[in-house]
Amino acid sequence: MLISLENVTHIYEQEKSVRALSNINLKIDKNEFIGLVGHTGSGKSTLVQLFNGLIKPSRGKVLVNNIDITAKRVSLKNIRQIIGLVFQYPEHQLFEETIYKDIAFGPINLGLSKDDIIERVKEALGLVELDYNSYKDRSPFDLSGGQQRRVAIAGVLAMKPRVLILDEPSAGLDPEGRKNLMKLLRHLHRDYKVTIILISHIMEEIARLATRVIVLDKGEIMLDGSPKEVFAHKEELKKMSLNIPEITKILIKLKERGLDVRTDIFDINQAKKEILTALRGNRNVD
Amino acid sequence: MLTNITIGQYISGDSAIHKLDPRVKILITIILITALFIIKTFTGFLIYLIYVLLILFLSNISVIRVLKGLKPLFFLILITMVFHLFLTRGGEVIWQWKFLRIEEEGLFTGLFMTSRIALLIMFTSLLTLTTSPLQLTDGIEYLLSPLKRFGVPAAELAMMMTIALRFIPTLLSEAEKIMKAQMARGADFESGNIVKRAKKLIPLLVPLFINAFRRAEELALAMESRSYRGGEGRTRLHELKLEKIDFISFVFSLIFAIAISFF
Repeated sequence: MLISLENVTHIYEQEKSVRALSNINLKIDKNEFIGLVGHTGSGKSTLVQLFNGLIKPSRGKVLVNNIDITAKRVSLKNIRQIIGLVFQYPEHQLFEETIYKDIAFGPINLGLSKDDIIERVKEALGLVELDYNSYKDRSPFDLSGGQQRRVAIAGVLAMKPRVLILDEPSAGLDPEGRKNLMKLLRHLHRDYKVTIILISHIMEEIARLATRVIVLDKGEIMLDGSPKEVFAHKEELKKMSLNIPEITKILIKLKERGLDVRTDIFDINQAKKEILTALRGNRNVD
Repeated sequence: MLTNITIGQYISGDSAIHKLDPRVKILITIILITALFIIKTFTGFLIYLIYVLLILFLSNISVIRVLKGLKPLFFLILITMVFHLFLTRGGEVIWQWKFLRIEEEGLFTGLFMTSRIALLIMFTSLLTLTTSPLQLTDGIEYLLSPLKRFGVPAAELAMMMTIALRFIPTLLSEAEKIMKAQMARGADFESGNIVKRAKKLIPLLVPLFINAFRRAEELALAMESRSYRGGEGRTRLHELKLEKIDFISFVFSLIFAIAISFF
């Protein structure tokens, strides 16, 4: 088991003892693609910070590769190499003079040799589709917002994490940037066998990419299952101020009006096919 | 991590002291601090202490809270005491060991100076404990406004103070976020000697400053697009109004300050 949480409760002492997470039991396996959804303040960000030891739980255990990271004298550096975390607006954390140096920050902290570092920076920049030779010596602050974000994500990818957590990575990106980012995540998951945990408010992203969806509400796991299973709970999601993908919504509306379509489809092309066959079927009846 | 730092020690409440006009409170503080430097005897300090305790009692703030405020300056008080004790000469020798010698004058001045510092801190912390930062800046703005004639931009100064205070928590939470982000990339802020640690702060400080400048620019634009153009002709939502109790407190404190200056 890659990550496992046992009876984890977290209380923010300083902020009027807010219970951010209560009694979470969770197991995350290799090569899963998890969509983590929940309303603002549901505990998503707290949960992912527990995974790499940035926050220690008030109660309970967090195991990464079967090592209890809540125990004393655990090298958190190793844990943070295994589990990469991309925070919200990661471009706000850029600090170096050149893009090369900024991306190399993580690998240097890992104590790698110079050749290894160059190799990793090259690979990370390649993954986010920026040309190594023309970008390495530029200042990250001269880039556009979208490019800055790619550099920041490359900075985490250069650590070669086995688990990549992204907290709303597409917030504030244009549709093109969003599309490219999703392509990157799919590529990492499929070809690099990286386990991905994606926090997002955009249900379409989650529905199309995730193999498993976890719904958090008020610090508790309310739903956990495949996208089909989770998005079937339309009413419950609505109560937690969460949506279902637009395409699914349309299919449900159509079904309510008497068109016999499946409602567990999240992909626009599949939906098109489904609607067309349903329409043809109806026409045949006519 | 960082969010447990409290800036400005204001404790909200609705005691008589809390309700006093901030201008009056600032003036009283200035007058009484001046008196503190005129007082020449321990009896004077004792009466002064009783006065401080009386205000403390009226403001419903625990003595412990005020004494805690002395803690960060404990070292300063201690050094003052030690220096006077061993270095001020005069009077009879009280204690001697090799070259170390304590004389009467040293003991006296040492105690005198430390009581003065302690009372000074206690009194000023009473002001910040019972006045919210916003009220304080309001008060300062009013008190500085006569100086406008000589080109002192009182309203702008007050606005700057207000904005600075407003953004301290924002900057702190941002610092914490950046720290975590860099820690997630293997940064280590906690080990190493002072020089190494200072170097390790670069990944934290650079983004913090850049974000602060960006935010300042955005704020300036937002203020301008809402037609802010300095303090001239601005009216306020909460006008400060002097009540009877403000006059009474002021006059009483003034008389007290004059009286105690003769001790």
